[in-house]
Amino acid sequence: MKVKCEIMDAKDITRTLNRLTHEILERNHGTDNLVIVGIRNRGDALAYRIIRRIEQIEGKTVPLGMLDITLYRDDFQRLTDRPILQETDIDVDITDKKLILVDDVLYSGRTIRSAMDALMDLGRPALIQLAVLIDRGHRQLPVKADYVGKNVPTSVNEQIQVKIKEKDGEDRVFLVEN
Amino acid sequence: MQLKSRHLLGLEGVCQEDITLILDTAESFKKVLDRPIPKVPTLRGKTVANLFFEPSTRTRFSFELAEKRLSADSVNFSKVGSSVAKGETLKDTARNIEAMKINFVVMRHSAPGAPHFLSQCLDSVVINAGDGAHEHPTQALLDMMTLRNCFQSLKGLKVVIVGDIEHSRVARSNIYGLLTMGANVGVCGPATLIPREIKALGVTVYPGIEEAMKEADVLNVLRIQLERQKEALFPSLREYRNLFGITRERLDRVNRRITIMHPGPINRGVELDSDVADGDYSVILSQVTNGVAVRMAVLYLLDGGRQKLEGDDHGN
Repeated sequence: MKVKCEIMDAKDITRTLNRLTHEILERNHGTDNLVIVGIRNRGDALAYRIIRRIEQIEGKTVPLGMLDITLYRDDFQRLTDRPILQETDIDVDITDKKLILVDDVLYSGRTIRSAMDALMDLGRPALIQLAVLIDRGHRQLPVKADYVGKNVPTSVNEQIQVKIKEKDGEDRVFLVEN
Repeated sequence: MQLKSRHLLGLEGVCQEDITLILDTAESFKKVLDRPIPKVPTLRGKTVANLFFEPSTRTRFSFELAEKRLSADSVNFSKVGSSVAKGETLKDTARNIEAMKINFVVMRHSAPGAPHFLSQCLDSVVINAGDGAHEHPTQALLDMMTLRNCFQSLKGLKVVIVGDIEHSRVARSNIYGLLTMGANVGVCGPATLIPREIKALGVTVYPGIEEAMKEADVLNVLRIQLERQKEALFPSLREYRNLFGITRERLDRVNRRITIMHPGPINRGVELDSDVADGDYSVILSQVTNGVAVRMAVLYLLDGGRQKLEGDDHGN
């Protein structure tokens, strides 16, 4: 894999998350009934940062959930390797809550479909909105993000590589080619 | 990640990483079982045949529940009233069932090695649910999961298996699994029920229960198979209880916590007294709960082995 260009650096990511946080608060009129749910393996770190920012802005702590979608994948039967299961960790009852689903990259839309199925098994949320750091297009399902950090038109041969400090030691986003 | 073997026939030769992977995966499934809807769509479209040639309640229920919680379809077979009663061979029975497009075969059989034989003549994934006095791998896995919940790590843990070691598949699987995970394993029971060569596996033999309890962190108490008494391997149930039964008095004398396990069904008042089985130190019901999670993990990890197709990548 070859790096074609750097799309975001640490400062860009911080600014973008700040804007996304404000948009989420604006659209939902504050923090009432809000639950932020990050999709593993990087969405959870982004969700945590959004919660820290909400605390700074509103002075209130919003519940954080972490979702592992492995058991709900639609390509499960096609994989040879069993993905390592990580825990889904959502301590609050999500019924009648406003869920903000957070992921790093929106691509085919299949992950989001799996995530919504997983959430429906945990309760009946009032609504689910989607926040992503990067939208790279090429949707295979009718899924649209409510909050987008950056739209990056890509070709199918390219990939978006998101690096998050908590997981990868640095905050950067690259466009790479296979 | 993938297990090194396509089937789960026993724990002999299964490496530490594979056991750890199964136990870690089982922890995730245990969380699923606590949800309001304790079911995931992962094995949708897969079919499991539960072939029980020997009676079983717990293991069979546990496997069936695990299959249903993963959304697999299951069909059940029991010896009574089946074609086996009409004289069909094991191979024929299994191949006929497989011809109906089965993905997994879970089998309990009185003949040691029966699942190994089946794994050679079927395309399905074979899971051993107990073969004679040979192995019962999922029982040992759920025992290890329960112990890991109590003690964090199995390394250095002193586990003594008490009772009829000779005829016990639970004992054998536990010995293999626990030794691989770095635990110290001891066995204790009447000399007639301890295999002579058992020391070669690397276990300590305790002739008396008092010595065993002096050193043990855990006692895994096996069921005395009442039918064995006919073979005159021990004089009477009362004498067995007097010499090897785990009683409140014996536990009190040790004066420290010893975790009590039992694979069930319990003969109350023989190998285990009621106030011990239902007491604070007993983890017997956790074993049962963990059994479903462990079997889900095994089904989840053994499903696969198919070619990966190119194309729709998930996520990015």
